[in-house]
Amino acid sequence: MAKIKLIRREKESPLARVLVPVASVLMAFAVGWIILALAGHNPVLVYQKLYNGALGSPYAISETIVKAIPLMIAGLAVSLAFRMKLWNIGAEGQIYIGALAASWIALNLGQSSGPLVILPLMMIAAFAAGASWGLIPGVLRAYWQVNETIITLMLNYVAIYWVDYLIFGPWKDPNSMGFPLTPIFSAAAQLPTWGDSRVHLGLLLAIIIAILFYLGIQYTRWGYEVRVMGQSPSAARYAGMNVTKNIMLVMLISGGIAGIAGMIEVSGITHRLQQGISPGYGYTAIIVAWLSRLNPLAIIMVAFLFGALLVGGFAVQLVGVSFSITQVLQGTVLFFLLAGEIFINYKIVLSHKEVL
Amino acid sequence: MKRTPVIEMKGISKRFPGVVANDNISFRVYPGEIHALLGENGAGKSTLMSILAGLYRPDNGIIKVKGKVVRLDSPRKALEAGIGMIYQHFRLIEKFTVAENIVLGAPHSPAKIKRELIERETEKISQNYGLTINPGARVHQLSLGEQQRVEIIKMLYRGCEVLIMDEPTTVLTPGEVKELFQILRAMSRQGKCIVLITHKLNEVMEIADYVTVLRRGRVVGEDRIENLDESRLTRMMVAREVEYSQVQRDKAPGQVILNVDRLKVRGDLGHLAVKEASFDLRQGEIMAIAGVAGNGQKELVEALAGIRPSSGSIEYQGEEIAHLKVRQRISLGINMVPEDRIGTGLVPNLSLIDNSILRNYYKEEFLSSFFIDYKKVRRYTEGIVDKYNVYFSDLKHPVNYLSGGNLQKLLLGREIEQTPRVLLASYPVRGLDVAAAEDIYGLLLKEREKGTAILLVLEDLEDIFRIADRVAVMYQGSISGILEVNKTSIEEIGSLMVGAQLTGVENG
Ligand SMILES: Nc1ncnc2c1ncn2[C@@H]1O[C@H](COP(=O)(O)OP(=O)(O)OP(=O)(O)O)[C@@H](O)[C@H]1O
Ligand SMILES: [Mg+2]
Repeated sequence: MAKIKLIRREKESPLARVLVPVASVLMAFAVGWIILALAGHNPVLVYQKLYNGALGSPYAISETIVKAIPLMIAGLAVSLAFRMKLWNIGAEGQIYIGALAASWIALNLGQSSGPLVILPLMMIAAFAAGASWGLIPGVLRAYWQVNETIITLMLNYVAIYWVDYLIFGPWKDPNSMGFPLTPIFSAAAQLPTWGDSRVHLGLLLAIIIAILFYLGIQYTRWGYEVRVMGQSPSAARYAGMNVTKNIMLVMLISGGIAGIAGMIEVSGITHRLQQGISPGYGYTAIIVAWLSRLNPLAIIMVAFLFGALLVGGFAVQLVGVSFSITQVLQGTVLFFLLAGEIFINYKIVLSHKEVL
Repeated sequence: MKRTPVIEMKGISKRFPGVVANDNISFRVYPGEIHALLGENGAGKSTLMSILAGLYRPDNGIIKVKGKVVRLDSPRKALEAGIGMIYQHFRLIEKFTVAENIVLGAPHSPAKIKRELIERETEKISQNYGLTINPGARVHQLSLGEQQRVEIIKMLYRGCEVLIMDEPTTVLTPGEVKELFQILRAMSRQGKCIVLITHKLNEVMEIADYVTVLRRGRVVGEDRIENLDESRLTRMMVAREVEYSQVQRDKAPGQVILNVDRLKVRGDLGHLAVKEASFDLRQGEIMAIAGVAGNGQKELVEALAGIRPSSGSIEYQGEEIAHLKVRQRISLGINMVPEDRIGTGLVPNLSLIDNSILRNYYKEEFLSSFFIDYKKVRRYTEGIVDKYNVYFSDLKHPVNYLSGGNLQKLLLGREIEQTPRVLLASYPVRGLDVAAAEDIYGLLLKEREKGTAILLVLEDLEDIFRIADRVAVMYQGSISGILEVNKTSIEEIGSLMVGAQLTGVENG
């Protein structure tokens, strides 16, 4: 009798690393097919729309990239913290507070300075704001062992409500006819875009951050410390590393990078501070980071896939598929991607010998 | 008369990535037998017993229990077949009582646990085998020896006929070892079988009836204990003669390099783990610290290395260093090999290369502009593995693929390579096979020859007599005596370890 067994791979296979996710996505679409058919839709049509919407034209691709950029940056941000086993699930809040700080600069100095002054200033402000949002749970964790998961999560609401307060109140555009929006930023405070697409300079920024991240972790003393501390705090103390300081530093940088994701959204896409600048990028970024195994270069690619899913999802709604069905589709893809992880570490063996 | 074995394993093979841990092994245990399973580090002992305990599935081979072929797919199945294993790290719930731990998870344990019933059961088992224990005590209050007894009772309560113990004596005091052996003998008299994995040959000679020796995954010898002696066992295990190191105590003592005065150190739980320690350490001497584990040795060593805060005075060549941080002490030449090899001394998932610079990665010599110069680091690592005979398959592989002996050589080599003036090492040969242990002692003696002052926390009293010049005995956080090794006896040290006063011993 043949038996199916899962055997741990001797080495992680690079081929499996690529093939498994591809197969997972295909299987997810097969299951999605059934779901769509049961819901009374024509799966062929829906998938066509999904593809066309996400990747079918230069415009579609540019939109996918637009959605992928904040996921890349926020994914890099959280994966830095995750490397040290610091569970920063507060990228969402760090994005909002970063957007808020960048908007403050844009609204106050935007008229009087050129882009070469204003854009870096916005970025620094966003980084500082996000960093402070990361530093608060970092300090609590470093000195009093307060669980950073809960604090980062709670700070998300604080940041989102701050933005709400400002755009409903003091920062509201007098000409917005009551909508909760700030005035539009001056041209100097808007990130340059590529051609007439919405793809903005944030893409380059994301790639630069990814490269710096990679080099930093792999080849610098500080990166070495992060790797040791993430694996084994007691080895870090034995090596004389300052664990307390580094918990704070890593949370600060992680929050700061996520803050930059907020800046590029207001400066590159909305051009003003408004509600919903992040539709949960900070949370999706956590999944992106894990699927990428915290590898910065993989994050860039996985974020692109998630961008495609988001954009494709919008397109599908145009043919009458409800928002919830598109969410089920996205969920299915996610489910299969995560479930497929096991086949990266294990291989299936059919054994014919009876094993006792 | 031909008896049926209780356990018969035939043609067992088990492969792990890159190694054949068990290669066509046959293994039998007869009723009432105390069976010692020996072999070098990585020989496959734990793997074979984990297969018997239902933890691993063999790739090939069959297992018979009392003549019947069985499939042991899980530890529960193994227990149902009467086989139980006690691991080195106990699996008890610290906050629960002894009795609760005993019934927890037992196949026939009642849904609602009746205290008196359990305590009566426990009592019965205890008396039967001379396992004294208070069933109402909470596990975290117990010594390691007592916790081990709880594990044994737990297995007996589950109706276990074959008890496997993986290196059970490493954490015990000499007295506890004696008690354990009495318990095992009582069990054997009642027909139970015991499989004992150990590296300590004197224990094997004392307790075992039968010995099986593994090397590189194969059985290389087996015999009744009457036909064996320690040197034959060693030859079977390592296939060569092992030269036992012996310290030469003919040198005049060197100058005092470290002077510790009324040192107090707190443990992890905030209690005073070291209440008062005063001693000095001289160049070119090995001072052993003896004592039952958990009497403050770990905290003392960590305080000297600067990993743990302390109060009191530590003078290094006449200068106070108690306020100095880890790195400042390293740069003075105070190096340390911690008790927890993998997890503190080495980082399990990092490569040999990364691990070889754990304690000096910040030095300029490894840096080129912003980056760590991994070419240089690689050469440095190659130097260490060559000089200290570390066997490995790839410098880029994580260190947790290394065997215990090789881990320790890498760790000790790394510290020695930093040219220590004071070397602190805790349990440097714990869990190592005879040959690996002698390699480590050889390295330490060479350091002593170079004039390094060495402080060794050791558990094996016989080793202390071979290796050390002086011995300090720790008991309940204080040093209860410092003795010249060639002017004392194992008995004297043993009684100091359990709280006797130095003067009392001398008078008596
Ligand atoms: N889970 C595992 N995965 C991969 N390799 C393993 C695993 N367990 C053991 N090995 C390898 O199998 C071989 C036998 O290991 P095992 O633990 O059985 O040796 P041992 O005789 O118990 O040694 P020691 O005396 O050091 O405890 C070693 O080379 C070890 O590295
Ligand atoms: Mg073992």
